[in-house]
Amino acid sequence: MEIKVLMSCCAKLDAVVEQAVKELGIDANIEKVTDMQEIMKYTMSTPGLVVNGKLKHSGNPMPGLERVKAMIKSEV
Amino acid sequence: MIERFADYMTYSIIGLAQGTALADAVHFFIYDTIKIFLLLVTIIFIVAVIRSYFPPEKTRKILSHKKQFIGNILAALLGIVTPFCSCSAVPLFIGFVEAGVPLGVTFSFLISSPMVNEIALIMLWGLFGWKIALIYATTGVTLAIAAGIVIGRLNMEKYVQDYVWKIKVGEMEAVRTSFRDKLVYARDYTKDLMKKLWPYVVVGIGLGALVHGYVPTDLVVRYAGPDNPFAVLVAVLIGVPLYSSGAGMIPIVQALVGKGMAMGTVLAFMMSVTAISLPEAIILKNVLKMRLIYTFFGIVTVGIIIVGYLFNAIL
Repeated sequence: MEIKVLMSCCAKLDAVVEQAVKELGIDANIEKVTDMQEIMKYTMSTPGLVVNGKLKHSGNPMPGLERVKAMIKSEV
Repeated sequence: MIERFADYMTYSIIGLAQGTALADAVHFFIYDTIKIFLLLVTIIFIVAVIRSYFPPEKTRKILSHKKQFIGNILAALLGIVTPFCSCSAVPLFIGFVEAGVPLGVTFSFLISSPMVNEIALIMLWGLFGWKIALIYATTGVTLAIAAGIVIGRLNMEKYVQDYVWKIKVGEMEAVRTSFRDKLVYARDYTKDLMKKLWPYVVVGIGLGALVHGYVPTDLVVRYAGPDNPFAVLVAVLIGVPLYSSGAGMIPIVQALVGKGMAMGTVLAFMMSVTAISLPEAIILKNVLKMRLIYTFFGIVTVGIIIVGYLFNAIL
């Protein structure tokens, strides 16, 4: 599974995603995207979460652990 | 009802004698804390639900290829409801420009969004009444429209960083959400914000209570009152480099108004702190050349100073 975290300066979504992947026990490649051109392919509001090429979340406030888990599971 | 609860707490539970300065201050603190918190939670939640219908992607589509005036007016109004944090200023700016939103229209959005926010408005409403809040909102939007039009007229496209024009983005779709999702978002948003906000609010009301009970007024009146012609100018020049949200501003504003600072000076100070700041300049440097940043800050600063004097003259 391919997961991209579109990074933001004011929210630490990557930590939540890592925790979620660990708890779900799935095999996923987490990429932290900071390149603007790449982020802009998906959204204008960070932080964002892209699972298998699909934008699952964008903007503040970032989702909590349970919601991130649900977003990832929906693409399994 | 809140009034009676505050009466009960002050005179019966804490046991203060009615009419003393301390009782006054305590009563004011209890009453205002409850009132402002109720207002904040209710309105932030409602605003968050409204905001969830205006993701930046939608705003971008609405504003793309809009003409001057109409575009500036729409942008300034959408700035109030589109959720946007200064961290996202760079992708948002690129996204707007790339979609053919004119530069001046983009600036109307960037000016109104941080300046006219729901927290500042609620706090102003709660502390000084709805008229002041309405005046703040109307002037904020007007200023954003006017400054955007001026920047648009100056044809400063060449002072946008060159790489911005080369980025090609294409269609962007906002994440589709159900009404239930929107309510969850609004709940998270309210919780998030209140967590950050409450210390400021308590300190602000506390300061207000002290002022209410104790502080003499002649000193501030002399320096920041309506009769000092330089008060607005100095307040704005102090406010421009400072960075704070509306919520952080209110404690100071509350204390100053209590001591007799003129309302126009207060509004100008608040606008200058929320509208532009040093950190924002640093973020914008990623997409704008210095000349455009100076122009942007210059126009907004002059606009705010005019607003300050105008209100001191008519309020």
